[in-house]
Amino acid sequence: MELYRAHVLVCAGAGCISSGCQAVKSALEESIDRLGLKREVKVVETGCMGPCDLGPVIVVYPEGVFYRQLKPADAVEIAEEHLLKGRVVERLLYKAPEDGKTAVTSDQIDFFKKQTRIALRNTGIINPESVEEYIARDGYRALGKVLTSMTPEEVIECIKKSGLRGRGGAGFPTGLKWEFSAKAPGKPKYVVCNADEGDPGAFMDRSILEGDPHSVLEAMAICGYAIGANQGYVYVRAEYPLAVQRLSLAIEKAREYGLLGENIFGTGFSFDVEIRVGAGAFVCGEETALLASIEGRRGEPRPRPPFPAQEGLWGKPTVINNVETWANIPPIILKGPEWFASIGTEKSKGTKVFALAGKVNNTGLVEVPMGTTLREIIFDIGGGIPGGKQFKAAQTGGPSGGCIPARYLDVPVDYESLTQLGAIMGSGGLIIMDEDTCMVDLARFFLEFVQDESCGKCSPCRIGTKRMLEIVERITRGEGRDGDIELLEELGQGIKSSALCGLGQTAPNPVLSTIRHFREEYEAHIYHKKCPAGVCRALMVYAIDEEKCNGCGRCALVCPAKAISGEKKKPHRIDLEKCLRCGTCMEKCKFGAIYTI
Amino acid sequence: MKSLAELDKLREKLQEEMRLREGKEDVKVVVTMGTCGIASGAREVLTAILEEIGKRGLKGITVTQTGCAGLCHCEPLVEVERPGRDKVTYGHVNEKKAREIVVSHLVNGQIIKEWTIK
Repeated sequence: MELYRAHVLVCAGAGCISSGCQAVKSALEESIDRLGLKREVKVVETGCMGPCDLGPVIVVYPEGVFYRQLKPADAVEIAEEHLLKGRVVERLLYKAPEDGKTAVTSDQIDFFKKQTRIALRNTGIINPESVEEYIARDGYRALGKVLTSMTPEEVIECIKKSGLRGRGGAGFPTGLKWEFSAKAPGKPKYVVCNADEGDPGAFMDRSILEGDPHSVLEAMAICGYAIGANQGYVYVRAEYPLAVQRLSLAIEKAREYGLLGENIFGTGFSFDVEIRVGAGAFVCGEETALLASIEGRRGEPRPRPPFPAQEGLWGKPTVINNVETWANIPPIILKGPEWFASIGTEKSKGTKVFALAGKVNNTGLVEVPMGTTLREIIFDIGGGIPGGKQFKAAQTGGPSGGCIPARYLDVPVDYESLTQLGAIMGSGGLIIMDEDTCMVDLARFFLEFVQDESCGKCSPCRIGTKRMLEIVERITRGEGRDGDIELLEELGQGIKSSALCGLGQTAPNPVLSTIRHFREEYEAHIYHKKCPAGVCRALMVYAIDEEKCNGCGRCALVCPAKAISGEKKKPHRIDLEKCLRCGTCMEKCKFGAIYTI
Repeated sequence: MKSLAELDKLREKLQEEMRLREGKEDVKVVVTMGTCGIASGAREVLTAILEEIGKRGLKGITVTQTGCAGLCHCEPLVEVERPGRDKVTYGHVNEKKAREIVVSHLVNGQIIKEWTIK
C-alpha cells in the first residue's frame, strides 16, 4: 500500500490543458522533487473539475485547498509554502466576484456547493488513467453485482424503475430501450455508446470520457448482460484526441484486470468494447447515421422505424445510448432505482450535466438535479453575467434547440418544460447571451451551422434550411421585406414535419424560437432597418457628435474608405455612402465623439 | 478478475490509498514539521510512519504535517488523535520510535507512556 500525507490533484481536462496545466504540473513535480517531498506528496492528474474559466486549477488534500489560475511560478510557491511548510497560499485562493470573500476549499464555493454529481461523480477526483482509483471509488462493483446476483430482466426492471431518460437530447426512457432490444429477435446484439458530441459549445461527454472513462465501459457491460450482447462500440469523434487516448487506455486496463473480455468475474459472461473514431460530422450524432458510419458506410440517416433497438448495427438489435446516460447506470445499480427516482422532477429523474458557455462569469461544467431553475444555474452557480450587463437569453440544445428569454428564468428545467418553451433539453450545451447579442444574428449562425452539416440526403433539410438562411441573411443585411417572418415560420414548420432525421426536424428551432420570443427584434431589422443590439453591421449608422469633435483628424486618417472629411480643428463628417461600417474610427476617437444610431 | 470477492479485496486496499481525498476524520497522525522539527529529523519520522502503516495495511489513518508547536526542544513531535479521545503527543521521536508507535499505539492501542510529553 502506497500511502502519502498529501495528494495534489491537477485538473487535466482539455480546458486546463489549453490554459497551461502541464507546465504547472511539471513545475510542481520539479519543486516536490527538489524539496525532497516525493515520498510524502503524490501528484495526480484528473479529468475536468468543472470551473474551466479558473484554470489551471489544483486541489491539495487532505485539507482540500482549492487553488486557481496558476502559473508555473505559483506552483513552485505552493510546493515551498503549502506542501513543505503547511502554510496555505492565500494569494492563490478563489475569491467570489460578488463580495470578494475568499474560499479555502472547493465546498465553500457556490459553483461547487449547489451541484449534485452523479454522472460526474469521479470526474476531477480520480486519475482517469488509473483503473485502480476507479475501483477504489466503487468502480465495477455494479457490474459485479449485476453478474452475480441479478437476472437480465431484473437489471432492465431496475433501470426502468429509476426513470432514467436518454441524456443525448430526446429523453427516451433508457430502460424501455433496453427492454425492446432484449426482446427483439436476432443475434448477435450490440451495445453502442454515442460520443459524437457535436453541438457548438457542448463538452459534457468529452469531459466524462476524459475524466472517468471506466464508468462508460462498466455501464456498457451491464447493458450487454441485460440484453444479451457481447460486443460494444464507442463512437467518438477524432476531434477529441484526449478522450480517445484515455478511453483506449481504459479499455486496455479493464482487459488486463479481466473486467472486459472472456468470463468476467468467473460468471461465464463475456463482453468487449472497441472504439470507432468518427470524422466529426454533426449528422453522425444522429443514431442511424452513426450506426451507418460504424458499419463503414456513408454517415447518412435512414427513416425510423425500424428503430435501432430492433434493427441497428448490421441489422441486429442494438442499444445506443449517450455518454452521460451510460455514466448514470452504475450508481443506479448500486444505490437502487428508488434513490435515483427521488432526485429530479415528476417526469425527469436524476441530474443533468450542462456545459455553461458564453456571457457568464463561471464558464465550465455543472451537474444539477432536474428541475433546477435557469436562474440558479446561471446566477448562483454560473456567477451571473460579466461586466454588469443584462441577461438576455439562454440557448439550450445547440442548433436543434432554442432560446429562452429572461422572463422564463424561474421555470424549473426538465425535458417537458424546455419543450414547452420551444427549446429542447438537448445534450446539455447552455449558451448564455447578454444584451449585446442580436437574436437574428444568432439564428443566422445556427442556420449556417446546420447548412454546413446537413448531409444532403433529404430535400427539406438540404434546400429548406438554405432558403431560410438566405432570408435571415437578407434581414441582417437590412434588406428584409414585409412577410419574411411569416415565410420563415411557414418554412420552419414545413421542414420540421417533413425532414428525415432529428437534425433536419430540429434545424428550424433556433429561428422559430427567436421569432417566438424576440419577434420585435426581427421587426426592428425588417421595418426600421435597425439592429437593437448593435451587431448587424449593415444596419449601423456611424455619426460624429459635432460638440465633442475637436477636429484632430485621427478618424479620417484611419478610415479605410476615406469616408471622413473635414477641416483641421473643426468638426468632421462621415459620408454614409462611402462608409463601410467597420467601426475603426470609433475605436480610434479619443474623445468619444463618434457614435452609432 | 476471477470473482466479485477478488474485486472487493482489491477495492478495500485501494480505498485506503484514496482516503486522503474523502475528507473523513478517523485517526489522525500529525508530525510537527516546522524548521525545528525538520532539523531534528521529522521528515524521516514521517516517511517511517507512512511506510509502516502501508506495510501493515492499517486502515482509517490520515498522516499529515503541521507547523511548529512551540516545543522546539522536544522535536520531532508526533501527535496521535483518535476521535473522542484525548490527543497523545510523543516527543523526541526518531525513525525507530516512530515505527514502534505505529505498532504499539495504532495497531494495539497501547500508548507508550514514557515517550509522551505532558
